[in-house]
Amino acid sequence: MKLPRWFHLFGSPPFVYRLAGALTPWLGIIACTLLIVGAYWGLVVAPPDAVQGEVYRILYIHPQTAYVSMMAYVVMAVTAGIGYIWRIKLAHAVAVSAAPIGASFTACALVSGSLWGRPTWGTYWEWGDPRIMFETLLLFLFLSYLALRAAFEDRDKADRVSAILAVVGVVNVPIIHYSVLWWNTLHQGPTISKLDSPSMATEFLIPFLIMITGFTFCFYWLLLSRLKAEIVERERDTRWLQDALQGGRP
Amino acid sequence: MKRAFLAILQRDLQIAFRRVSEIANPLLFFIIVASLFPLAVSPDSDHLRSIGSGVLWVVALLSSLLALEGLFRADAEDGSLEQLMLSPVPLGVAALAKVTAHWLVTIVPLVVLTPVLALSFALPVGVLPVMAFALLLATPTLSVLVALGAALTLGLRRGGAIVGLLVLPLTAPLLIFGTRAIDLALYGESAVAPLYLLAALAALAVSLGPVAIAAALRVGVE
Repeated sequence: MKLPRWFHLFGSPPFVYRLAGALTPWLGIIACTLLIVGAYWGLVVAPPDAVQGEVYRILYIHPQTAYVSMMAYVVMAVTAGIGYIWRIKLAHAVAVSAAPIGASFTACALVSGSLWGRPTWGTYWEWGDPRIMFETLLLFLFLSYLALRAAFEDRDKADRVSAILAVVGVVNVPIIHYSVLWWNTLHQGPTISKLDSPSMATEFLIPFLIMITGFTFCFYWLLLSRLKAEIVERERDTRWLQDALQGGRP
Repeated sequence: MKRAFLAILQRDLQIAFRRVSEIANPLLFFIIVASLFPLAVSPDSDHLRSIGSGVLWVVALLSSLLALEGLFRADAEDGSLEQLMLSPVPLGVAALAKVTAHWLVTIVPLVVLTPVLALSFALPVGVLPVMAFALLLATPTLSVLVALGAALTLGLRRGGAIVGLLVLPLTAPLLIFGTRAIDLALYGESAVAPLYLLAALAALAVSLGPVAIAAALRVGVE
């Protein structure tokens, strides 16, 4: 298959370093603006919920972080797979950068969910809830990916071995998802999840969508920032990077 | 290809039966840990019946991790793994043969032993066939996952501790469907659905797993 020329540029560290450098401020501005607007709208402008009162406002943090955590896993696994198959070091760099961000978002989703669970379900942690279990296992997958990387001294080897784990994990994520959904259905019905209700009133929906876009931009902002740092670490002995860091144009 | 598969299988079985203690260790571990639970939780038979299947599954997962050091390490150290890579046999086939040997040597005895322990946990006799079936269907997947963990950590000097971190989160579906089958049988319902799911997972693992194991071995041996 013949790839267009610009495609190869994405395998070149100087190009991606400059591209990331140019994009990060914009992504940061967009993410911060959306998050501030969305947070203000969600926390101040939107009316309190008829049933849950003010507590429901975690709705503007919790589903978004959970969504981003899953997106982060897919980004990590796809880039790791690309890196393994075509031996593109930059793809590995992206996967490595995505993992800690994904783990953090997963942890945020778990913490915000458990804080939301206390007033509404009466418990911080419900072992019987499939979504909690899925998210917990996702956190374990991120952490085992990072632990495997940390165990290797040779970066090239760490890249390729952890890429295999990430790809196996992405095959497993849907399996885990469905197994967890079907689990425990003998004793109790599936927990009613509030997001499954198709109708959300517009005044709740708009800040909800703003926040989800904001967190997505936030993820890519963090990803590119980490990617820049990762490139600096990987390419520290190269001429172009030293030139770039000293202010000259590579 | 079939001949190579059988030759590798035979060789691994021979090696395993020359060091019987290594076969016995996971079994002993299984028995000891399982018998700690009645001491730690409660010897009451109602209690034991409710935790029994879960405990046996978790302990079976853990004891299958014990045998993984011998899976590829010795072959990597004496160079026979490199010879396998140089041979015209696809590495995936060789990996599948080694996984099969591991399954036969360490896991089948465990499956044989489980009904005895299940009885000591006051599980009714009628549940035992379902339990044995569930274990037989789940353990090939488990063997593939353990072998993948062993292959991923082959390049490390001490791989043992980290393999548990890699493998155990991936085994969650096995645990869920396995205990579910036994629960259904306990309540006198048909346990066919979770057993089918376990069989599907086994088919997936046995067909795709060796490819991933071979990829990991290639990186590990370099």
